[in-house]
This record gives sequence, C-alpha cells and structure tokens, in this order.
Amino acid sequence: MTGIDDPRASGTEGYNFAYLDEATKRMIRRAILKAVAIPGHQIPFGAREMPLPYGWGTGGIQVTAAILGPADVLKVIDQGADDTTNAISIRRFFTRVAGVATTESTAEASIIQTRHRIPEKALREDQVIVYQVPQPEPLSKLEPRRAETERLHALADYGLMHVRLYEDIARLGHIAKAYDYPVMVNGRYLMSPSPIPAFDNPKMDRMPALQLFGAGREKRIYAIPPYTPVRSLDFEDHPFRPIRAPHACALCGSTESYLDEVLTDDAGGRMFVCSDTDYCGERQVAVAQEAAE
Amino acid sequence: MYVAVKGGGRAISAAHAWLDETRRGDTSLPELTVAQVEQQMGLAVDRVMAEGSCHDRFLAALAIKQAKGDLIEAAFLLRAYRTTLVRFGASEPVETSAMRLRRRVSATYKDLPGGQVLGPTFDYTHRLLDFALAAEGEARGEGPQAPAPVGEVPRVTELLAREGLMQREATDDAEPGDLTRQPLAFPAARPVRLQNLARGDEGFLLALGYSTQRGYGSNHPFVGEIRVGHVAVEFTPPELGFAIELGEIAITECQMVNQFKGSRTEPAQFTRGYGLVFGHGERRAMGMALVDRALRAEELGEDIAAPAQDAEFVLYHSDNIEATGFVEHLKLPHYVDFQSELENLRTIRRSAVAAEAARDGMAEAARDGTAEAAE
Repeated sequence: MTGIDDPRASGTEGYNFAYLDEATKRMIRRAILKAVAIPGHQIPFGAREMPLPYGWGTGGIQVTAAILGPADVLKVIDQGADDTTNAISIRRFFTRVAGVATTESTAEASIIQTRHRIPEKALREDQVIVYQVPQPEPLSKLEPRRAETERLHALADYGLMHVRLYEDIARLGHIAKAYDYPVMVNGRYLMSPSPIPAFDNPKMDRMPALQLFGAGREKRIYAIPPYTPVRSLDFEDHPFRPIRAPHACALCGSTESYLDEVLTDDAGGRMFVCSDTDYCGERQVAVAQEAAE
Repeated sequence: MYVAVKGGGRAISAAHAWLDETRRGDTSLPELTVAQVEQQMGLAVDRVMAEGSCHDRFLAALAIKQAKGDLIEAAFLLRAYRTTLVRFGASEPVETSAMRLRRRVSATYKDLPGGQVLGPTFDYTHRLLDFALAAEGEARGEGPQAPAPVGEVPRVTELLAREGLMQREATDDAEPGDLTRQPLAFPAARPVRLQNLARGDEGFLLALGYSTQRGYGSNHPFVGEIRVGHVAVEFTPPELGFAIELGEIAITECQMVNQFKGSRTEPAQFTRGYGLVFGHGERRAMGMALVDRALRAEELGEDIAAPAQDAEFVLYHSDNIEATGFVEHLKLPHYVDFQSELENLRTIRRSAVAAEAARDGMAEAARDGTAEAAE
C-alpha cells in the first residue's frame, strides 16, 4: 500500500472539495444558521454516512466540511493534543479531500476542530471552534426518550438536572460531574458542552469565536454565537468550581493549564503535563529563551 | 520519564500496512478474487447489501474482501460509498406478486395458487460437516429444477384480505420519508420504521423478533408467506412520463399473519407484519416482520410493555454501523475526561476522610469530657 499522504494514492479524484457534495453542504449550513439563531438549541440534520466511523468525529467533520474554504487553516485536536491518533486521522482526511493548510498552532488556525478540550489560548473573533459531540442531549442520562426531552426543552423544564446535581451534593457534598458539565446558554437552553472537562466550561462564556457543535450519529447540530452568555449550572451555596489536578506542568511549569496525569512506573510514580500540547510547547520555548537571555 | 506520544502518524501508516498484509494471508495460496466472494459467499454478499443499504453484488463482494470477512465493516464500507452517489429519483413501488420466484413457502396453507417452491434452502439439511467440500476441485452437478411458477402469484395476505380476514394496509400516495436524508423523528411513520428495519442489524432483528415469540410483546405469528426471487425495478423519467424498466433486484419478502382481537371500532381480523430485504435473507426478513408487527402496538391500541414494541428503543439501536462506531469509539483516548473523574473522585474521598476524622475527633472529645466529669 502506498502511503496515506501520497496524493497519487488519495483516491479522491471523484469527490467534491471537502468530500461532501454542495447540496449536502447547503443542508448542513442551513442547520448551522438555524443553530446560530437559537443558541444552544439542537437542530436535527440529515447527517450522512462518512468514511470515518460514527462516534469518531463524524458530526464535527461534517460541520467543518460545510464551513471550510480553500483559504482556511485547520487545526485538529483530540484531548487537547494535535498528535493523538484520531486527530491525525481527521487532519489527514481534510488534507486529502480539501488540500487545505493545517497547523498545530492555536493562534494560526481559522478553524479548530476539537474533541474533549478547548485550547488554553483565548480564541478570537476570526476563529471558529467545531466540537465533536457524542451525545448532544444533556438530559439523555436522565430521560433516554428524545420525544420527551424535546418537550422538556420546549418548556425549559430543567428540574431533572437540578435535582440530579442537588442529589450529588446531598450524598457526596460535591457535584460529581467532572466533564460534560451542563451549561445554560443565553439563559434559555440547557446544553451539553460535549465531554470537555468542567475546567473548560468558563472559556465558553462570552467567547469571541463562533462555537459550533456537530453530533453525527445523533444527527444534531447546535451553536453558541460569539459573546453569548454561557453559565455552568450551580447553586448559590454550591457555586460551580472548575477542577484541575493541583500540580504544575512537569514540562512547562504552568499552574493554570489543564493537566494530564501520566503514569511513569508501577510503583506510584506519576507526572502531570499539559493536555494542550501547543500551549505547553510555546511555553517551553519561552522558558528556554528566558533562561538563555 | 515522560513517554512522548509523537509518531502517531507513522504508527497509523505502519498499522494499515500490517492490516493489508494480514488480509492477504499466506502468499503461497492463491488470492481470493472478488468474483469468488460474489459467487461462493453469496449469503454474506446479501447481508452486506442489506445492511449496507445498496444493491450491488460486486461492490458488496469487494467490501467483504477488503474487510477480511468482517461483515459489519463491509456494510460500513458500502454505506460510506453509497452516501456519495447521486440520486436521480425514486423508483415505482416494486410488485412482489410479479416476482420471478426461486423460493416461495407458506406455513398457513398446505397448497395455494402458485404452489410451494422449496428453492435453495438450508431447511431440512442435516447439519453435518461435509468433509467432501474440503476436497476441493470436485465439480458438483447441477441440481434438478422444476419450472418456476409463471405469471402473477397472488400473496397469501391478499387472499385473506379479499375475504375480509386480513386488515388492509392504509395506502398513501405521499412520498415516504427517507432516513438517509432526514433524521429519525418520533412518532415515526411506518414506511420510515420499515426502512430502518430493512437496513438494521440482522442479529438485533433476530433477537428482538425472538423476544416477541417468548412473550415480550407476544403477537402469535404465522408465516403467511416467504418469497425469494427477483423483481423488476421501474422508473418514470419526468421527460418520458411512463415507466421504464431499469433492471432486476434480488429480494426476500416475508408476510407474517398475526392475530388481532379486534377493538370497539374494528372487527376481529388478522394483522400483518412485513419484512422486505435485499438479497436472500429469510432470517432477516422474518425478524423484521415480527418487529414491524410489534411496533404497530400503538396504532392497534395494544399495551406497549416490551422492548420490541418500543419504537424509540428499537429504531435508535437497530443500525449496526451507528452502534459499532459508538461502542468502538471507547477505544479512542479519553485521558481528559478520565483525568477530571480522577480528580473529582480524589476530592470526594478526601472530604469523606476529613469528615470521618472530624466525627472521630468529636466522639473522642465527648468521651474525654465524660471521663473528666466522672473524676
């Protein structure tokens, strides 16, 4: 087999720019426009079968494909890192079917597709972040029926979720939700932020960048327009608290970034490093320069 | 030491090269051809066409070869290809009473117009491994063949309906929904439910159908008829204004006859469970017909108590391409969410330990206090 990066082996001659045909892109763009008009509200769309499996980012890929232009610069991260296998696979997919420039730098990207993280570096107005969403329905663990959750959203009846959070506090003293922590968008719709750590939730609030969410298997798109208020659910006496490991990054020394725990031996040895590889790399360079000066 | 995760790209390329190598297997053996798969693994091809939702034996056979015989993976390959094809219109409904039959059996009548045709079936074979097959190269003679029934062969359910004993299906000229264009929504109309089931996982349909037989949503089925064969597909191009035949497809149709007690508005009569699938797939068509009937519980005013009667449960979980994707996505890294769970669990355990220590401290202080008072 020839290498996947070999354009002769790409086998994509018959495909449209960014894989999807223009009619499908238009359908997805309509869903996106509707989603932007009703922040946090899930819009059903005719998700297509993609050449990557459901659950592996097909929603995000379809949203990215629908908004991508030849001049865009694409960054793809999984778990905050550009070099995790699925991020590499998705980045290669777009290189192959759209030939767009890609980057690992948060600042240089015009579109950032992500799974499970928001970059540490604040995003700008001229950027779009596309989240891969496994389960768009924030109430799904409490009410599995879509017909019923749609009714609850229509009535803004979110008592189920408040009770669930309250029960955590009553039993454990804390809210036990550490990721996919539900947020209220623009004071109206309860929304799943996708399985990002609760640590990242505050970054969504009034973010200058457009935030788009794609769920391929569940066939839903939703959005947060720039500068929209996003509040993590909490109680007056139990305010929302973002969680991070109480350590400094072993590589760049950051005490503010979200950390991955890495086991180094089988005797309890471990180290903590930034999950955002671009952020960590930039800081390491800066620290080295400072030391050299 | 920190183990760098760099090099994932090289690992992917190397893994895929290894996959190609294992697909080929021992190179001293001749390579399997797509035509061999198509001819000699015909039922696998049929299943992949059904679940891949694309009637093309060559492409299905190619997908099976590429997927190393993993039929769900093959169906996925076919679906991903199918979704890129241009749609130029919808065919006329196929007419199964005009089917070119290979097989047609009814369990409700000993004999009937068109007769019983056993056809190429595993039924009544003794499941003994045939070691003669292991000695390859033996040409087996052609089996004897009776002439196929000619002309229209009326459906059993139609014969019952003429007598007023079988509920007539509501006819609707509106274009049926298409799951591959519009997402599933509830309540789901029967054409959409049938489309979902026709592409559904065979194992899932089989298990759910089986569950109705064992009492979970019982509906007392009889196989009114199973027919396997080829039907013509006709299409009316707008510029012509009349139907032209595009070709033939192989299908299996199953009509289950089910009891219905009747209601205040309707007299007692039989009701239908319907299965129609690409290729020769009797197990799939029968499972589909059982589940279709179970899903009609609401419309027929029956209690909805069993999984097979629950439309959301059935239709959201029948698709094995969706299911395998989401189940297998658990292999992807989840370091970040797992890390936040770890920190959360540690915090909760720390505060529990602290609370216990505080309680012990208070109890000790209370004991000391009592002791002092006693002195």
